Amino acid sequence: MSKIPADLKFAESHEWVRLEGDIATVGISDHAQHELTEVVFVELPELQLATVAGDSCAVVESVKTASEIYAPVSGEVVAVNQALDGDPGLVNTDPYGAGWIFKVKLGPNGKDEFEDLLDAEGYENVIAGH
Amino acid sequence: MLKRTPLFECHQQLGGKLVEFGGWEMPVQYTSITDEHQVVRKHAGLFDISHMGEVLVSGAGAAEFLNRTLTNDVTKLTPGLGQYTLMCRETGGVMDDLYLYQLAPLEYLLIINASRIDVDVAWLQERWAAFPAAGTVELRDVSAETGAVALQGPRAAAFIGDVFPGPANGGTLVARVTELRKNQIARWEFAGQPVRVARTGYTGEDGFEVVAPAGVIVAVWQKILAAGHPYCLQPAGLGARDTLRTEVCYPLYGHELDEQTTPIEAGLGFFVALDKGEFVGRAALAAQKAAGPARKCVAFKMTERSAPPRPQYAVWSTGPEAAAVGTVVSGTQSPSLGVGIGMAYVPAALARPGTAIAVEIRGKRAAAVVVPKPIYLRPVPQTPATV
Repeated sequence: MSKIPADLKFAESHEWVRLEGDIATVGISDHAQHELTEVVFVELPELQLATVAGDSCAVVESVKTASEIYAPVSGEVVAVNQALDGDPGLVNTDPYGAGWIFKVKLGPNGKDEFEDLLDAEGYENVIAGH
Repeated sequence: MLKRTPLFECHQQLGGKLVEFGGWEMPVQYTSITDEHQVVRKHAGLFDISHMGEVLVSGAGAAEFLNRTLTNDVTKLTPGLGQYTLMCRETGGVMDDLYLYQLAPLEYLLIINASRIDVDVAWLQERWAAFPAAGTVELRDVSAETGAVALQGPRAAAFIGDVFPGPANGGTLVARVTELRKNQIARWEFAGQPVRVARTGYTGEDGFEVVAPAGVIVAVWQKILAAGHPYCLQPAGLGARDTLRTEVCYPLYGHELDEQTTPIEAGLGFFVALDKGEFVGRAALAAQKAAGPARKCVAFKMTERSAPPRPQYAVWSTGPEAAAVGTVVSGTQSPSLGVGIGMAYVPAALARPGTAIAVEIRGKRAAAVVVPKPIYLRPVPQTPATV
């Protein structure tokens, strides 16, 4: 399993967040994609959806199961990864890069919620205890 | 506490991902479901099916007892031959679906579903107690002391003879294990123990199922893996077993079948011998067959890009008066076809292949079509004609 990127924050439910300005890019961790196995479909959120931290806003489907993706931060969906429509396997092959799922423009609480997420070390402890 | 098969440590050593299945801790996959699925379609895969139950029924009255308890015609069997059959309640509801083998003139072996062992054995004992000639029949649940593996795939026959060399010493007396034809079973000695090999399976591919005393099943597993190594054999988990059987529309108890469902509704009427004489459920099944079942189990394919259909999703009719009319019982993304597939119960009027239906996936309806069974057919049949 690849190293957990130090520049990302993580939710205990295995989403990662990369913050650039007030735009948070969200995907699922390498650990999560490995547990899910081959992703065959990603149900992306609607653009302009108002996300609430902790609420389900996308679904990643493997052969065996459907897994909900929870918004790690509150705000508004401003982009979704259309490439996943044609190649959902990007979530497996490049979970921290081309396999990103959606982008959220942070709302008023977004920055605080982001700060409260786990850092790489904290997330490593979560999956070590898994 | 989940039950474990004698192969549990083998699964751990192979890196199997272990999950709960019907009260058992079983490998769902070793590498990935899709990978193992493709290996079974192209080469060969080895499954642990030791969780399944085995019941021996023997004695002068065994055939008659079984013929009154099961739906298929036991008298069609000869020593060394097996048949798919079902066990029903008086209502016609399915207690279990199973394989029945005649091992010897007065000895039969039932292979039953893991999740149904306790229920089935209690039911068989109840039927046995009510059987007029109970004194001539002996029932023995040997599930705990028996292991089993399934070797499946087009290349299985290329190396199974290395594991069970020479002629059979019981059952269908073939000179070589690969001479077994579909549904035939025979006995070999392995490490001093009697081991049965049948040409059966649950994947739609050619293959063999091996039933052995629990004490030698690890050695059987390891010897098959070693013999199959040059043929790209891989261990395969329950995940691939489920996608493989769904593509060929084999029922799985708890999905296509339960005590509220009859074999007629499930499309398994071929295995219900209404003309063989009295058996449990006969009256109900004959009446339903004559009237035609109100609902039927159909196979379907998604016709638009969607998330895979899953069990319990609602099935809708289409058109201006579309309504929720049925339920998905098995559903997955087909690794062979690359589309969502499944089986569902729908009103008989919607059961014809070609009928447009829709599957409700998280509140949205996705288009699908009823298709003939099986959904997937292997390109070139490998087995000789059925017996």
